[in-house]
Amino acid sequence: MGNKFRNGPRAYVVRLELADRPGELLRVLEPIASSGGNLLSIFHERGDITPRGKIPVEIDLECSQEQFESILSSYLDLDIQVTQSGEELYRGELVVLLIGDAIANDLSSVVASIDASGSVAVIESSVNRSIESPAEASSILRLAIKEGDQLQAVDSVKSIVSKYDLHFMTTTDHEVSQ
Amino acid sequence: MKLAVLGVGSVGKAVAQLSGEYGHSVVALADSKSAIVDPKGVKVDDILEKKSNRMPLGDASLEDIFNSDYEVLIEATPTTLESAEPAFSNIKAALEADRHVVLANKGPVAERFEELQSIADGSKGTLRFEATVGGSIPILSTIEDVSPRNITSVRGILNGTSNFILTRMAAKNLSYSHVLSEAQELGVAEADPTFDVGGIDTALKCVILSNVLSGGGFCLSDANVEGIQHISNHALNLADKSGLTIRLIGEATREGVNVAPMLVPKTGDLAVEGTQNIVQITTEHGGVLNLAGAGAGGGPTASAIFLDIQRLIV
Repeated sequence: MGNKFRNGPRAYVVRLELADRPGELLRVLEPIASSGGNLLSIFHERGDITPRGKIPVEIDLECSQEQFESILSSYLDLDIQVTQSGEELYRGELVVLLIGDAIANDLSSVVASIDASGSVAVIESSVNRSIESPAEASSILRLAIKEGDQLQAVDSVKSIVSKYDLHFMTTTDHEVSQ
Repeated sequence: MKLAVLGVGSVGKAVAQLSGEYGHSVVALADSKSAIVDPKGVKVDDILEKKSNRMPLGDASLEDIFNSDYEVLIEATPTTLESAEPAFSNIKAALEADRHVVLANKGPVAERFEELQSIADGSKGTLRFEATVGGSIPILSTIEDVSPRNITSVRGILNGTSNFILTRMAAKNLSYSHVLSEAQELGVAEADPTFDVGGIDTALKCVILSNVLSGGGFCLSDANVEGIQHISNHALNLADKSGLTIRLIGEATREGVNVAPMLVPKTGDLAVEGTQNIVQITTEHGGVLNLAGAGAGGGPTASAIFLDIQRLIV
């Protein structure tokens, strides 16, 4: 699918409200198919009807920004109600363990630097200090990957934390899952 | 087969003692200072008794060994880096005389793989080195059977000392220095533990694996190596709360070698305990093969040597 995504494929999510009548879902999927987007998943819960009698649908897709804009404008033309749309928040998770003095002294600054990279965001952190020498500490961070793949995210975090003189460790499963 | 055993450390000693059980005889035996040659078969127990009394093994020279009628040279002298001497010259002498060579010594195949392969290519003898990676676990034989071109990577835990330390630190919430001194007392760690805990031993084994996968091209200085000396029990504790633990993982591919502590699921295949070793061989079409077992020690390493000798016969 490479050259269809001239400015790079990204993951997007669209939330819609559809009228409860046959053929509605097909009408929604047609613009995605004709623009050449890659449908990742559809969540369509007929039991979960909105107060106005509509059915909420969530669609995950991968396409270029241009294609995404064309899909949204098709929905406008087709009078399909889009409640929310945009780039998906994250593409995967990464767990890293950091060891070093900067965890005890300056964890907030480490977290801020990681968040500022734009490629990953810290969604959870926990810290453990050494009982014998409180200056020593370690932290596990759960990170959301916003851009690129897992290996790129690993490299990005690694280079950020090396500035803080922290030991970096990650899980082996990003290699297993390939 | 008639064996000439060089090196009488734990591995050389086990090979000499077990050779009869496997249907072989030892016709020559040498330690770093002395040697004995006996075409009718060395009386292993008597000679090892001499060694334990710090007496010379015999009055033969290394040259006498190379002139004897041995069929397989067992190179089990201590691993040396860079020039990998004197092992390299011993192997060269045997191969040039069209004898087989079985290695337990990692140095020559990690540091001078291509030179050795070209000497072996010009010899009627065969060079095998199963015992250099993962002790008793038949890793290289498995790679040979699957064929290196069908393998994308080999990774795992290849150093029992560092695995013992990490396992015990996590299980009993003990500090690195405490468990290291325990390991030294138990004989699991050397007085200078750097070779094991610094990741060098793992890296050497992975360099050998990368050489096997790609037909050579790697030596120790090409490897990215990080050890476990900075791992603290608070870090292991924290990992534990997330269902993870820390292991020293070595990875060998055709691109190179990486050795570093990594997070692995506590209940996963890679979380072997104590001095156990494990490798995961990722194949092109057969998924991942897991092989685990005793990665070091006289008996286990000798069993890998006998496996190699068996393959010379078949």
